[in-house]
Amino acid sequence: MSGNHTNSHDEHHIMPVSVYMKVIGALLFLTFITVWIGQFDFGFLNTAVAMGIASVKAALVLGYFMHLKYDDKIFRVILAVSVLFLFTLFVFAYGDIVTRIAQTSTL
Amino acid sequence: MNTVEREHKFAHHFDSAEHEHETGKFGVWAFLATEILMFGGLFVGYAIFYNLFPETFVKGGEFLDWRYGSVNTVVLLISSLTMALAIRCCQVNNKKGAITNLVITLICAGIFMVIKYLEYTHKIHEGLLPGQLFSYTGDVGGIENMGLYFSFYFCMTGLHGIHVLFGMILITWVLIRTMRDEFHSNHYTAVEGVGLFWHLVDLIWIYLFPLLYLM
Repeated sequence: MSGNHTNSHDEHHIMPVSVYMKVIGALLFLTFITVWIGQFDFGFLNTAVAMGIASVKAALVLGYFMHLKYDDKIFRVILAVSVLFLFTLFVFAYGDIVTRIAQTSTL
Repeated sequence: MNTVEREHKFAHHFDSAEHEHETGKFGVWAFLATEILMFGGLFVGYAIFYNLFPETFVKGGEFLDWRYGSVNTVVLLISSLTMALAIRCCQVNNKKGAITNLVITLICAGIFMVIKYLEYTHKIHEGLLPGQLFSYTGDVGGIENMGLYFSFYFCMTGLHGIHVLFGMILITWVLIRTMRDEFHSNHYTAVEGVGLFWHLVDLIWIYLFPLLYLM
C-alpha cells in the first residue's frame, strides 16, 4: 500500500473506444460474409473457407477483446499450448481413423 | 467519473495490486486452456465423423435455421463488445458505464438463451433427437444415421448453452459487486476474469455456428 504502487494502473493498457467499435464492425462484417458465402459451393474447400473466416474472427476477439495484443506474453503461451495439445489430439485421432484398413476395421 | 485515485488493498502474499491482478488473470487463462481442450474433444469428434459420414452432416445442417444461428452470432458478438467495454469503464472509473454495459451483456445472453430454447423445443417436438432417440418421420434423404448429427448438435450446443448460463450467473455476480462500488481503476480483476470467460464462450460459438448451421 506504499507510494510506489500508486501508479500501478498505468501499466494497464487502456484501448480507445474507437478500436472496440472497429473490431465489432469487422466481426459483424465477417459474420455476414460467412453467411453469404454459405450459399456457394467451393467443393472440398467449403470447410476450409468457413474455418478460415472463423479463425480471423477468433483472432480479433483474442487480440482486442481479450487484450492478448497488449498483455504479457505468458497469456499467449497458455493459449498456444492448449491449441498445440488440441492439434495433437486431432492429428492422432483423425490419423488413426483415416489410415485404418477397411477389412480389419471394427467400425 | 471519479478522479480521486483509489487504492486496492491486495492480499499480503502479493507484491502489489498489479501483481495480484496478473496472477488472477493467469489462473483464469489456465482455466480457459482446459475449456479449450474440453470443447476441443467435441470438435475433433465432429471432424472425424464428418469425414466418415459427410452426407449425414450436410443433411443434418439443413434441419437448422441459419437465421436463428445468425441472430445468435450477432447477439453474442455484441455481448462480447459490451463486456469488453464494461472492463474499459472499470479501468477509467466509470461505474455507471460499467453497469450499463454489464446489463446489456446480460440482456444479450438472455436473448441467446431464448432463441436456443425456441430451437430446442422445435427439434424435440419434431423428434430431431440424438442417436437412437431420433424419431423424425419426415424425409431424411435415405440417410440411416441422422441421429448421429443430432448427437453432435445437442452435445456441442448444449455444453455451450450451459456455459452461457454459467456466464450469466458470473456477470450478475460482477454486476452486483460493481453496484456495490467494489471496482475501480486499480482493482477490477473479477470483471476482467469473467470477461475472459465470456469471450471464450463467444469464441467457441464463432466456430460452432458455421460448423453446425452452414455446412
